[in-house]
Amino acid sequence: MNNEELKTKITELLPSAIFDETGEWLNINIEPTDWLTFAGKLRNEDSLFLDYLFCLTCIDFKTHLTMVYHLSSTKFRHNIVIKSKLDFNNPEIESVSHIWKTAIFHEREVYEMFGVNFLNHPDLRLLILPDGWEGKNPMLKNFEDPVNMIKL
Amino acid sequence: MLEEIGTTTEGDLIINVGPQHPATHGVLHLVITLNGETIKKVEPHLGYIHRSIEKMCESLTYRQFIYVTSRMDYLSAHINNHACALCVEKGMQVEVPERAQVIRVIMDELTRIASHELWWGAMAMDIGAFTPFFHAFREREKINEIMEETCGARLTMNYYVPGGLMADLHPDFQKKVKAFITLFKNKIDEYDELITGNIIFINRMKGVGFLSKEDAVSFGCTGPSGRGSGLSCDIRKLYPYAVYDKVQFDEILETDGDSLARYMVRIREMKQSIRIIEQLIDNIPEGDFQAKTKAVLKLPKGEFYTRVETARGELGVYIVSEGATTPYRIKFRSPGFSNLSALDTMARGGKLGDLVAMMGTLDLVIPDIDR
Repeated sequence: MNNEELKTKITELLPSAIFDETGEWLNINIEPTDWLTFAGKLRNEDSLFLDYLFCLTCIDFKTHLTMVYHLSSTKFRHNIVIKSKLDFNNPEIESVSHIWKTAIFHEREVYEMFGVNFLNHPDLRLLILPDGWEGKNPMLKNFEDPVNMIKL
Repeated sequence: MLEEIGTTTEGDLIINVGPQHPATHGVLHLVITLNGETIKKVEPHLGYIHRSIEKMCESLTYRQFIYVTSRMDYLSAHINNHACALCVEKGMQVEVPERAQVIRVIMDELTRIASHELWWGAMAMDIGAFTPFFHAFREREKINEIMEETCGARLTMNYYVPGGLMADLHPDFQKKVKAFITLFKNKIDEYDELITGNIIFINRMKGVGFLSKEDAVSFGCTGPSGRGSGLSCDIRKLYPYAVYDKVQFDEILETDGDSLARYMVRIREMKQSIRIIEQLIDNIPEGDFQAKTKAVLKLPKGEFYTRVETARGELGVYIVSEGATTPYRIKFRSPGFSNLSALDTMARGGKLGDLVAMMGTLDLVIPDIDR
């Protein structure tokens, strides 16, 4: 599907989606509360069939966090990017680990690095950071570690 | 995690494999729940060599950050560098000279062969055959010599820069690569004779660590680990970069989904790499090896994503730029991280002794997973 067809289809599924075509792929901005049902539709809708979540990450924009999901279809080979703004002080979004299993690890990474709380994740705990890690989340822009970090 | 080690209330045994274990090829820690000898659960604990490369890159310029990525997947350093260079070039809209593109592809494929050879030797050693290790390293040394002459390094190459290459080829490059191809073509048949057709080896590998195509997609398994399950995921074919759309090669697919299938994909892939190099080695165009770029690179505000096929699978580089000389946020979607997440599904119901074969055929490189 090309971007126009994707846009029509996605508007059908989620009328509140906001599109952004400045990047390489079609960007779709959604509300975090819409994500779970929308994700299920993206995966299971026959004409979209976005079965491959190839990148899941988070960006700290200081005022808010943005979750970024890169999705691809192994059948139709179209790619889309889903973005969702989260509240900086209480970031939480539904987990999609039951839809794309790769999210189990990727969400755990985002949880420890950015402190995003993934609701209904089966096993949300530290993955890369050592056990008993306390304090701030290291990938946030306001993270300071005077002992181990050398400012460049 | 040590307090968890012991026996559970159901009588299952919980043991550690790693972080210091010869079969993990690095510091990977697995906590395994066993019922007798049958695996009930595998839980990876990562981060023993986490260096926070993504955070580090946020304070490095677009010329500097490429060198850090050689330390991620150190067996495909060239290909990591390629991904980063492509991403910066995409943002800068720089046209890379044809000569640089061809050399990049030759280097990438040599790296792939070197990486698969190390995997082949180490994997055979994991399951008990010691000889292949020496065979593999003998040929790998030839590639390292070629690399050393041109790039000045044997492992962390740092040869690609945004816009092209750091230096031109060594005058002996073509001669040595051709000599290597002739040598390697004979040796790969020797490998097959030594291991591939060996009945003891096949018994250890066949039917071990099954991963279905659906699970492979869901877990994001790419590279030989995904293609062993019949998932077509070769970025070189699907989203060609550099001159991959101008060379003839096949995407290797095996449909069995077991360890033997993943093994066969890599063996056959080495032959395809040779095929690519053969087509290009006599046709390296003359000209510049580097495009003219500014001394200080600035990417326009926006987001850039590139993906390349490393020896282990799909590597994605995601740069978020705010228009400064350093990336605002950079994310490396490393293939090993996703491939490892499938290990639990693969291993459940299998035997503890077979876990080594499964890990071996996933081709885990720990710095690639931890970053």
